[in-house]
Amino acid sequence: MLALLGVREIEALFDEIPAALRAGELVGIGPGLSEQQVMQLMRERAEADGAPLCFLGAGAYEHHIPAPVWSTITRGEFYTAYTPYQAEASQGTLQSIYEYQSMLASLTGMQVANASMYDGASAVAEACLMAVRANRRSQSARILWPSALHPHYRQVARTMAGGQALSFQSLDYDPVSGQCVLSQLPPDEDVTALVIAQPNFFGVLEDVDALTDWAHARGALVIAVVNPISLAVLSAPGQWGSRGADIVVGEGQPLGCPLSSGGPYFGFMATRMRFVRQMPGRIAGRTLDLDGRPGFTLTLQAREQHIRRAKATSNICTNQGLLMMAGTLYLALMGPEGLERVARACMARTAELVHALSALSGVRAVFSGARFHEAVLQLDRPVGPVLQALAARGILGGLDLSTHYPELGATLLVCATEMRSSEHIERYARVLSELLGAPRAAVSA
Amino acid sequence: MSAPDQAGAASAVPAGTARLPPREKLIFEYSRSGRGARTQWPEVPAGAAWTCEIPAALRRKSRAALPEVSELDVVRHYTRLSQLNFSIDTHFYPLGSCTMKYNPKVCNAAALLPGFLARHPLAPAELGQGFLACLYELQEMLKAITGMRGVALSPLAGAQGEFAGVAMIRAYHRARGDEGRNEILVPQAAHGTNPATASMCGAVAREIAIGPDGDVDLAALSAALGPRTAGIMLTNPSTLGVFERRITEVARLVHAAGGLLYYDGANLNALLGKVRPGDMGFDVMHVNLHKTFSTPHGGGGPGAGPVGVSERLLPYLPLPIVGRDAGADGVSHFRWLVEADLPHSIGRLAGFGGNAGVLLRAYVYMRLLGQAGMRRVAEYATLNANYLSARLQRVGYEAAYPQRRASHEFILTLRRQAHELGVTAMDVAKRLLDLGFHAPTTYFPQLVSECLLIEPTETESKETLDAFTEAMARILAEAQQDPQRLQRAPYSLPVRRLDDVRAAREPDLAYRGVPAAQAEPFVSLPGQ
Amino acid sequence: MSRIPPELKYTRSHEWLRSLPDGSVEIGISDHAQEELGDLVFIELPQVGRRLASGEACAVVESVKAASDIYAPIAGTVLATNEQLAQAPELVNRDPYGSGWLMRLKPTQAQSEPQGNTGLLSAQDYSTFAEEG
Repeated sequence: MLALLGVREIEALFDEIPAALRAGELVGIGPGLSEQQVMQLMRERAEADGAPLCFLGAGAYEHHIPAPVWSTITRGEFYTAYTPYQAEASQGTLQSIYEYQSMLASLTGMQVANASMYDGASAVAEACLMAVRANRRSQSARILWPSALHPHYRQVARTMAGGQALSFQSLDYDPVSGQCVLSQLPPDEDVTALVIAQPNFFGVLEDVDALTDWAHARGALVIAVVNPISLAVLSAPGQWGSRGADIVVGEGQPLGCPLSSGGPYFGFMATRMRFVRQMPGRIAGRTLDLDGRPGFTLTLQAREQHIRRAKATSNICTNQGLLMMAGTLYLALMGPEGLERVARACMARTAELVHALSALSGVRAVFSGARFHEAVLQLDRPVGPVLQALAARGILGGLDLSTHYPELGATLLVCATEMRSSEHIERYARVLSELLGAPRAAVSA
Repeated sequence: MSAPDQAGAASAVPAGTARLPPREKLIFEYSRSGRGARTQWPEVPAGAAWTCEIPAALRRKSRAALPEVSELDVVRHYTRLSQLNFSIDTHFYPLGSCTMKYNPKVCNAAALLPGFLARHPLAPAELGQGFLACLYELQEMLKAITGMRGVALSPLAGAQGEFAGVAMIRAYHRARGDEGRNEILVPQAAHGTNPATASMCGAVAREIAIGPDGDVDLAALSAALGPRTAGIMLTNPSTLGVFERRITEVARLVHAAGGLLYYDGANLNALLGKVRPGDMGFDVMHVNLHKTFSTPHGGGGPGAGPVGVSERLLPYLPLPIVGRDAGADGVSHFRWLVEADLPHSIGRLAGFGGNAGVLLRAYVYMRLLGQAGMRRVAEYATLNANYLSARLQRVGYEAAYPQRRASHEFILTLRRQAHELGVTAMDVAKRLLDLGFHAPTTYFPQLVSECLLIEPTETESKETLDAFTEAMARILAEAQQDPQRLQRAPYSLPVRRLDDVRAAREPDLAYRGVPAAQAEPFVSLPGQ
Repeated sequence: MSRIPPELKYTRSHEWLRSLPDGSVEIGISDHAQEELGDLVFIELPQVGRRLASGEACAVVESVKAASDIYAPIAGTVLATNEQLAQAPELVNRDPYGSGWLMRLKPTQAQSEPQGNTGLLSAQDYSTFAEEG
């Protein structure tokens, strides 16, 4: 090979790089390891982190993942393929995207979905930016959102919209019900979009119909932020109020993606057909080939950065394709009935958990509103040390809310999915009772 | 569509072409009312002491139109679909600028260890020391490789890394009261993400010309620089597959004008262990871990786009970052640094700490390679590109920059064939698919007409490169003898060339058939 | 060779203008421009009543491989847009100077006779420009 190039050593191929720029020793990078050595190291690291019993949710949820999901999507033909730009050589990926878009559109009650965003947080941010482009009647670029929207989602949206002239205004929640309070809304100021989280960060179900109609009456668009599993039992955003939500986004992780320390997950986004050209991200469509037979291709690409460049709807390129595939297989395996069972099992386990824990003296459930699979509990003492003590006993007891919601006092957010059994819940109640020194007589149900 | 149809029936397939399996019907077309993968469904518990009613107004009105299929239906359907794809595991995939190289399977195996998969992102640091140690060491290794002073791992893809970088540049100027700097310079041939990122950050993208030798036109650069310059975004080696030789001069000019330099890490594979962006004068950069450091593309993602910064941008890094505290007992303790640790941060870009699984794969890959292995990556990537470029020129293809040394990739131009024979870069690309090779990148960079951007990567053998050369030689011969054969390619794939115009004019973006489930009235499960 | 009707005025960004008897001006894109873009799939037009400055981006024509801004050749108010294009963007490919028109403007300055506008090209000048371009 070198002879063909007329050089004696590979090093000669770097002759256009100024000598002064050549790197010396890379400090801190040792010799290479064998596969056996590296696996041994990684096993030790993975096992060091224990396997606690998880009652923590807050945007990432432990669900059963059917074995066929990951055994299929890690097939090399999916796992090591690129973005399907050469459509004829990528029909497997493209058809999967089309099937995903179809499932997600139906689940959300929308007409079109894209092929994934990075995660739920960035999907919310992109939805806000999209709403500003789509709502041409509004001049204010003003977004209202509930303070009971995931705090990280609000932070990411502020970061991603920071360079553009968007403003965000938080709406308080009712201290009794935990629901968004509408009466605080200014009656006739220009609002570009209202974000509605269903369920909200506290697990509480909002009156989505009233919120949607309020927004539409003021010319604002509605951005729904939803849990995809909850949609098996909760009203589809496309049916909210008299006209339905306009953009639907959320975290796709519950659909077949492991907790995995925070990622990779996938964000989903769906909308109405009339807003499709304002939507960021890739979209697959069905068309015909030269012989008139159906096939799939990426379409409406003039929205995207590789064509529209500075005027693109977003800079997103690489997305979370493989995780979207996980979501597709998960939805196909669960079907409408399986997904409904997961949702109902989560609700039931959470109700059981709240019942068991709030029976302890020193623990009470805070909000009265109906809930999905999370709940806020108040303790009679600071939450941090209690959670630490629980962790030391192998229980992730929930999220301390004092950082993001100091006004709630000593509260924690707990979650139970279908993965938690009565025995698990009983164990949590027993350990917490010991830690609080609380009598357990009431916990018998 | 009732049954999988037979591909290629309507067209004669030229001899010697590969053949993929026929098409596959939609998952919805397998659906039968009442069918389901029941072993996957949970029990719904019922308790006497508690209830969980959904208020009537909030209940779903009709079931979602999800397929009702068995587990075997799902496995068979998606396995068949997988077989309609080209992939690194099955095909040579010389897609320029995308670094489609073999990624050791152990990277995937390690990231999928149960301990890593089961860990909740908000679990306390005490229950994550093994995981956080990997990330901390990854940060340190990336610093060593890039010559940067600080690294944040959380950006979820290259474009998000770019966003973080430009946002940090903007924050830096603002903090100095230098509010007027809102222009980001990008070379004509830049990736589309560069100008799109500038816009997303509220800056104005301004294009600067490339000289005939492929390097940035310094006169054009000097003319563009001024008090409005926030910075410049460069890829080096550039998207033209050549090293920007006057990079030190570019850096000097930009810095003298008060701007900062952003390094797009898309092409880092070419320089790994050989040249460091920090030493070239860059202030901020991202690394596409999914290109250089072993996460395959997964049909579109996931990726990860960690950012590295020089001293002056350290305060603005995105959150969270893994920090290390030396414990009293001398044992390191790792934890996430948050707002209190880095009050000037541009903020958060991901719901949690980033694409942890991708980060773990990169960590494993770096440990496998070690220092010498990293250099070999750059060396063999460069050798393979130069070898393939030379071979393709010898069989009659025209290189866009024949006087330049190829980096890890190179550009051919089909302008002569397009003019003389009516055969375009797209035609060559489609015919390659017939011959069992994935096509190179076509029509990027737009600066070179009828271009093919070819990146063989370091993991391909000489035999593969020779076979690819033979296929390309055959296509050139076909172009001269029978241009129409190329113009109508491919012939042997599950579909022929697709009608993109129809796809965009009459968008069919979701299945409109009505599976049984949707037509049925919504009935709650027993016991509710 | 693309068609360049002699009675129209042109811009360097490939729009054409036609002066109508009522003093308004019809605008479209040249045959050369539609050839370069390829099959159009979507056309975004401004709202009727919008006031445009000369040179302002006011519409987008989109093909599968490109998207181009259309710039107002003169200052004016949008009187009408070609509503047929929503369903049939291919009209611009088929008949760029006729049924593929984009919009009609009422010029801001009453005397704004296109000839008086230095930015506009005659058919002959546009022909030379397009060949060089």
